[in-house]
Amino acid sequence: MAHSSDLDLVNVVKRFGTHAAVNDVNFSVAPGEFFSILGPSGCGKTTLMRMIAGFEHPTSGDIRIRGQSMIGVPANKRPVNMVFQSLALFPMMSVGENVAYGLTCRGVSRAEAEERASRMLERVGLKGFGERRVTALSGGQRQRVAIARCLVLEPTLVLLDEPLGALDLKLREHMKIELKQLQATFNTTFAYITHDQSEALVMSDRIAVMNQGRFEQVGSPRELYHNPATPFVASFVGETNKWQGEAASASAGGIAVRLPSGTVIQGQGKVAEKASLAFVRPEAVALAQDSSALSSLPNKFEGRVSAVLFDGANSSLLIDTAGFETPVRAVLPQAGPLAGIQVGAPIHVGWTADAMKVFAA
Amino acid sequence: MSRKPAQSLTLFLLLAPAVLWLGVLIVLPHVEILVLSFSERVAPRVYAFGFGNYLEFFTEPLYWRTFARTAIMSILVTAITLVLAFPIALYIARVAQGRMKAMLLLLCLLPFWVSELVRTLGWMMLLRETGVISYMLQAIGVTDQRTEFLYNDGAVILGLVYGGLLFMIVPLANALESLDPSVVEAGFDLGGSRWTVLRRIVIPHAMPGIVAGSIIVFMLTVGNFATPVLLGGKNGLWFTEQIYAQFITRFNWPQGAAFGMLLLLLSSAIVWAGLRLTGQSLGTTLKQA
Repeated sequence: MAHSSDLDLVNVVKRFGTHAAVNDVNFSVAPGEFFSILGPSGCGKTTLMRMIAGFEHPTSGDIRIRGQSMIGVPANKRPVNMVFQSLALFPMMSVGENVAYGLTCRGVSRAEAEERASRMLERVGLKGFGERRVTALSGGQRQRVAIARCLVLEPTLVLLDEPLGALDLKLREHMKIELKQLQATFNTTFAYITHDQSEALVMSDRIAVMNQGRFEQVGSPRELYHNPATPFVASFVGETNKWQGEAASASAGGIAVRLPSGTVIQGQGKVAEKASLAFVRPEAVALAQDSSALSSLPNKFEGRVSAVLFDGANSSLLIDTAGFETPVRAVLPQAGPLAGIQVGAPIHVGWTADAMKVFAA
Repeated sequence: MSRKPAQSLTLFLLLAPAVLWLGVLIVLPHVEILVLSFSERVAPRVYAFGFGNYLEFFTEPLYWRTFARTAIMSILVTAITLVLAFPIALYIARVAQGRMKAMLLLLCLLPFWVSELVRTLGWMMLLRETGVISYMLQAIGVTDQRTEFLYNDGAVILGLVYGGLLFMIVPLANALESLDPSVVEAGFDLGGSRWTVLRRIVIPHAMPGIVAGSIIVFMLTVGNFATPVLLGGKNGLWFTEQIYAQFITRFNWPQGAAFGMLLLLLSSAIVWAGLRLTGQSLGTTLKQA
């Protein structure tokens, strides 16, 4: 019977002494899905992954792969393979032997294992590399060997533990796309852990944001970005402006936040307590040289450019704005009248109430 | 390329102790022994060049049999030491942490604060007919009379393994420590059993350490004198005893020198064969030791 999900975690808890590294985590990963677990270092994501691989054992809860409980199943008997952070290629073996290793462990004959390994190397674009030493490969090639070594076993699930961490920026950008393509070609379920939100956003079908051993939110990259469920998700995923204030009057669907300076801003959210946090994405901040262009917005302020952070398409402005303790960050358009704006120039900023998410602090 | 005189002088001064050490203490005596080994006594106090001392070795069965016995037993001792030291080194390198690791290494080192002679005498106290083990076996009723555990091959091997253990553990632990834990985990993750991971990942990684430890233990064992004499007694029959006998008992220095050269050739040949067999180079091996 085909199971509707490849991986299910049910109330998984892992304690080290009194510290709960993983605290009551539940999730399912569908077949063929690229699922990421995103969180800051020390949030418990590595422990979670090691439990799925079989190197750690949950204090309580169940881990099921295609409906089969993995409790008590050793790592070498699970239909799960892992791409390690350090890649952990076997330096004492050639590239071909690395890929064939798992097959020979399963009792596949040497000749057939070599044949399948060389076919797999061809599929990941390393045709003819079988005889090379792994130490003679570039970073990107090593990466592909590590993945080929897993995929040749046709596992139910491939776990990837921040495998791009050690690569330089250019290669990392390239490998993001390559990984996504590999996953699509092989149609294998990937569970990917990372602290890099851009990796998770670019590659994943769904992302779980993890913090202090718990899942804060699980959703598609767009959902997380546009509708964060918690202030942690709002600030961890993507760039954002963040202000502290007190919830003032709440009207139909909207809420007003009074900043310490007395300035009132309008946003969306449900807050039961007084202390609240307001988040606005830099790209949601509208910029104009005269105030009339922003007249329809509920939040509009006057400011002065304090810094231009030029980074090509990701360029942004920091704008000192009356009533705000920290400068407002806004995306700098690369075309139009504002493209050449200089530090010190006066500017008007504004945003809709929808664009501002308000949470209890 | 020309060097400044001051630089060459510094280089010369820095190298001088090593060159002196090698020249005076190692090369010179060996040249002396080599020359000596080719001199035959033709009349009292009259010596001539000849291969007689070497011929004597091959014609007298006691000599070459002792020689072969020493070689085989030394290989056996090295193998046993390796098998015993491997799990200990694995534990020290992979399992023990921090102070525990230092403690364990210190425990291995501790017996070496006592001289080899005293350590061997300690074994004699345990193994002799009126010794501790014999007494205990009699006391708990396993044997009804005293048993002699000394003066056999087992006792010699026991003593030699004991003496070699530390020199095997240290290079092995060094080699095993440099193995990335995630490489071992990857070995399991891809479906390897404990045995597969040991055979295909851990042992190949530790190979330079294994070879380094084996060379050291083999050399120490082949050249050992006190342990085979004390624990083996008349049955010890170690080749070093033959050399000792020629030099000291019989005053036949040329014969002793020939035996010494043969022993040097033997250890060199076996070390060379070991390196060839395991595909290791002397350079990488020395780095481990």
